[in-house]
Amino acid sequence: MTELHPAVTTLITSAHGETVVPSVAEGIYSLGWLIIALPLAGAALLLVGGRRTDRWGHLLGTATAVGSFVIGLVMFISLLGEDEGARSQTQHLWTWFATDSLDVGFDLLYDPLSSLFVLLITGVGSLIHIYSIGYMAHDERRRRFFAYLNLFIAAMLMLVLAGNYLGIFLGWEGVGLASYLLIGFWQHKPSAAAAAKKAFVMNRVGDVGMSLAIYLMVVTFGSTAFTVISANNHGASEATMNAIGLLLLLGACGKSAQVPLQGWLLDAMEGPTPVSALIHAATMVTAGVYLIIRSNFIFENAPVAQTVVVIVAVVTLLWGAVIGCAKDDIKKALAGSTMSQIGYMMLGAGLGVAGYAFAIFHLITHGFFKANMFLGAGSVMHGMDDDVNMRHYGALNKVMPITFLTFAMGYLAIIGFPGFSGFWSKDKLIETAFVENTWVGLAALLGAGITAFYMTRLMLMTFFTQKRWKDPETGHEPHPHESPAVMTVPLIVLGALSVVGGIMLAGNWIVDFLAPVVGHAEHHEPPIPALALTAIIVAVVAVGVAIAWFTVGRQEVPRVAPQDVSPLTKAARADLYGDAINDTLVVAPTMSLARTLDSLDRHVIDGAVEGQGNATSGLAELLRKTQNGYVRSYALSVLAGAVILALALLAVNW
Amino acid sequence: MKPVIDYAELWPLFAVFGVACIGVAVEAFAPRRVRYPVQLVLALAGSIAALVGVVLIGRDLSSGGSVKGEVVMMGALAVDGPTLFGWGLLLVVAIAGALLFGERRLEGGVSAFAGQAAALPGAEPERDADAVRLDHTEVFPLLMFAVGGMMVFAAANDLLTFFVGLEVLSLPLYLLTGLARRRRLLSQEAALKYFLLGAFSSGFVIYGIALIYGYAGTMSFAGIHEAISNNLGNRTMLLIGLAMVLVGLLFKVGAAPFQAWTPDVYQGAPTQVTAFMGAATKVAAFFAMMRFLYVAFGSERWSWVPVLSVIAVLTMVIGAILAVAQTDVKRMLAYSSITHTGFLITGLVGARSAGLLTDNEITSTQSVLFYLVTYSFMTLGAFAVVSLVRDASGETTDFSRWAGLGKESPLVAGVFALFLLGFAGIPLTAGFAGKWAVFASAMSAGLWQVVIAAVLTSALAVFFYVRLIVVMYFHEPEGEGPSVALPSVMTAVTIAAAAVVTVALGILPGPVLDLAAHAGDFIR
Repeated sequence: MTELHPAVTTLITSAHGETVVPSVAEGIYSLGWLIIALPLAGAALLLVGGRRTDRWGHLLGTATAVGSFVIGLVMFISLLGEDEGARSQTQHLWTWFATDSLDVGFDLLYDPLSSLFVLLITGVGSLIHIYSIGYMAHDERRRRFFAYLNLFIAAMLMLVLAGNYLGIFLGWEGVGLASYLLIGFWQHKPSAAAAAKKAFVMNRVGDVGMSLAIYLMVVTFGSTAFTVISANNHGASEATMNAIGLLLLLGACGKSAQVPLQGWLLDAMEGPTPVSALIHAATMVTAGVYLIIRSNFIFENAPVAQTVVVIVAVVTLLWGAVIGCAKDDIKKALAGSTMSQIGYMMLGAGLGVAGYAFAIFHLITHGFFKANMFLGAGSVMHGMDDDVNMRHYGALNKVMPITFLTFAMGYLAIIGFPGFSGFWSKDKLIETAFVENTWVGLAALLGAGITAFYMTRLMLMTFFTQKRWKDPETGHEPHPHESPAVMTVPLIVLGALSVVGGIMLAGNWIVDFLAPVVGHAEHHEPPIPALALTAIIVAVVAVGVAIAWFTVGRQEVPRVAPQDVSPLTKAARADLYGDAINDTLVVAPTMSLARTLDSLDRHVIDGAVEGQGNATSGLAELLRKTQNGYVRSYALSVLAGAVILALALLAVNW
Repeated sequence: MKPVIDYAELWPLFAVFGVACIGVAVEAFAPRRVRYPVQLVLALAGSIAALVGVVLIGRDLSSGGSVKGEVVMMGALAVDGPTLFGWGLLLVVAIAGALLFGERRLEGGVSAFAGQAAALPGAEPERDADAVRLDHTEVFPLLMFAVGGMMVFAAANDLLTFFVGLEVLSLPLYLLTGLARRRRLLSQEAALKYFLLGAFSSGFVIYGIALIYGYAGTMSFAGIHEAISNNLGNRTMLLIGLAMVLVGLLFKVGAAPFQAWTPDVYQGAPTQVTAFMGAATKVAAFFAMMRFLYVAFGSERWSWVPVLSVIAVLTMVIGAILAVAQTDVKRMLAYSSITHTGFLITGLVGARSAGLLTDNEITSTQSVLFYLVTYSFMTLGAFAVVSLVRDASGETTDFSRWAGLGKESPLVAGVFALFLLGFAGIPLTAGFAGKWAVFASAMSAGLWQVVIAAVLTSALAVFFYVRLIVVMYFHEPEGEGPSVALPSVMTAVTIAAAAVVTVALGILPGPVLDLAAHAGDFIR
């Protein structure tokens, strides 16, 4: 190939994903490692310190999270002062692997993309730590809870600050572990333990994709570093890139609860509510979106993988929305909504350079308003004696005014009420989708309508309609009350952010800020004028709200869910049969295989070991057993193996 | 020709065998009460001296970036980088083994070995032996003989020495397996099975050796390589010979379809023996297998790589699936060891154009060497912890009896969880670094099918390791719950060292990887 003019090379590069060219971190940026180390040290101290730290453990846990936030904020402000070209900083901590053919360092990368994530994780994380002080006040294992939360924060920061895929993988496993521990935190509930296991198993499926992608990168590029891969990405064939992209997507699906690995998220709501807010709404579940956008230099060269991302995203955003419509459990309704909103972000990530920045934008605003609503739901549950069934709520707006008002901010943001943060971010995503493909755009638009419906339903059933607090069978009636200030202050902060989060789009700031990482797209006009499209979106949202108003708000809400409902509602209540599908296709065959092999192993091959319980039954028994053909059957298998081995070796040679 | 013995390169080997012979004499002549301390000190001193010797020899043979090997003892043994690496590792495992064998606190002043092995289980002589607190201190010489055999096996450079090494390492292990103080029937059954099947597979090896000799007209690995390169004789005979010798090797490492003995023997043997045997046998057999395949059969690579690839996949899949169904800790660890054998073979087949010694072949050898280090320490540590969890009738290995261990003894449960996470290959543990190395080696040799199977199996494997962690931490104990016996300092040191290595090699695998690279290649 002839040498290209430098300018042409640059052009090619930008058309195929951005090249990562960081400078070595100095000054304030060299504190990057401390952002991760603080919460990690907190977790270690609280776990090792044991009961001695019970009294002040929660304060220490909160302090480390706030400390990381402060460092992150200082670094962010100083990053804003840098030239656009110098906003990418790398820090080499130590060499992890060094072999002849492969070098993997323990490297951190701080650039505009990770800077936003650091703020989101530590900012929302700190608020949720503060909230948890109140929420977990009566839990005797509160210290342990804060240790796990700190562990999670550290792992999540590792994930977004890593400078290579192995580092991401480390954080990836870490958040998985923390999530597992936190979902199953109330281990006395069997449902919590089962949910933790389910999340764990489904995430392993995703992790397999992730590890294979990394091995494939090592083979293709001889490295896992963003710098090396992004610089050489046109050296690899499109087929390889598609394979890497699809494997990464599999990983992203597991972590971000996208179809077909979506099943664990609804069950994960068994964890304490602050966990649902932090891990299963604001941060961890968005890691998949981060992964894909971080890998833009791979996906820009992998058109097939990119298309699959869009398909997964569209299916999930509708899937989650439909589930959200039928759930009576307030947290599960919100979880369905999370799934659907991450579908929107994935959609942005799948749309390529045009969508990356908006996906991140939506991710951040969603982090605000969804965390806000989850914490609000927690506040409601706190007042309602931990009841989660919305059919037992009603008319709570008077007794819990702060919770109600902050929740309303989140509600207006998520449905995309003009002016609120969600309006700006979702509007941009739908617009970009229409530019790409009309059908995708229509699906996203439909999703917005459904979102408006289920969120209005949730809002009405919880805060309006008639009181349904009293249990007619036991006569128990909770006395809802507003939560203490330590819980309402974070709600107020998050509520405010839900309102003003859209400011990031002012003057196209977030798009320009992220451009060095994700590239700058040429602006394409949507098929219909943007303003008209916005009007249509608002109209569709209004229709969704109206339908909810007439079907829920104007009618009596029964305390017990009616059973004579449409097949669609039944399907949505059963999570669109996601579990049934998994059971039939995966779980049942695997278990029967394992059982068959095990019974084969026990009864045919080594039945003799069954005698372990009665070891005193005399040598005669032993002799009877050893002469019963068991060793002979072992020997037979050795003989058969030898014959097969010899035949195989001969066969290979013919 | 006058035989020459290269004492300068071989004295660690003689130290080990010498100590073993002295140990036998001690049994014959020393009074009973001094035997235990003398034997323990002898075994430890012998292993440490030999280890020092290995380091010194390694220094002497080092030149430039790698170790310059030598073929010694008239071509019977090769002392090269991998040999020294293997010897060093075997001796470290031997030291740990001696420390574990010397544990007397767990059984209240006696060792974990039978008071009088010849007595019928449950019969009067057994009770008499227990009453006077008899101990079989012969276990120490047996241990040293096994270690010596393993060292010979790892360094064997011709087929006869190879076979002698195999037998010398096996016979003491058969005996040790049958010496458990508790559950003696199970232990003896395991020993008998191990012996019968081991003898059976040795038969295959000797037959294979005969066939290979028939083809090549020589026993030496270099000579076989030469004969294959010149393509003399009947290839069918050669390939059947190769298959027969592989049967013996695959049997020793517990690869499918020759894995059936592993769970029974691991479960039946005294736990201390299982710890030593699980680590050391695998090390020795993999060194022997690599030398045999790379040096003698390097140019036959196209024959054995596909076959061993299939065996690797089969081994890890069978191990992992059966491990899922286990409810006994030792048995589960045994199936897990089968899975790890599969991973190790994955690294071994990653050899690229063995025969032509390219850079990439170093990577394959290096990855297997590194994996063996990580695996040995985790195995030693895990089984050592198993020996601590007890009830009135001795060790208790049923999952249900491990429930609530996290509350009973957070330290022991935490360390065990660390080893399990290491086996599972979670990042920042040694297991991850090891898996990473062998998978990357196989992947760069183009064996992506094997790597996909390996990654899928690892994912499945995590499930059964974590299930045990969940049992320890999140399940309520049934009845009284488990109790953790306080070990003597010897077991404690072994567990602590294994835990430290497991963490250290996860965070900083560099030095050991470098050492493995420094070891260089198998010489002819």
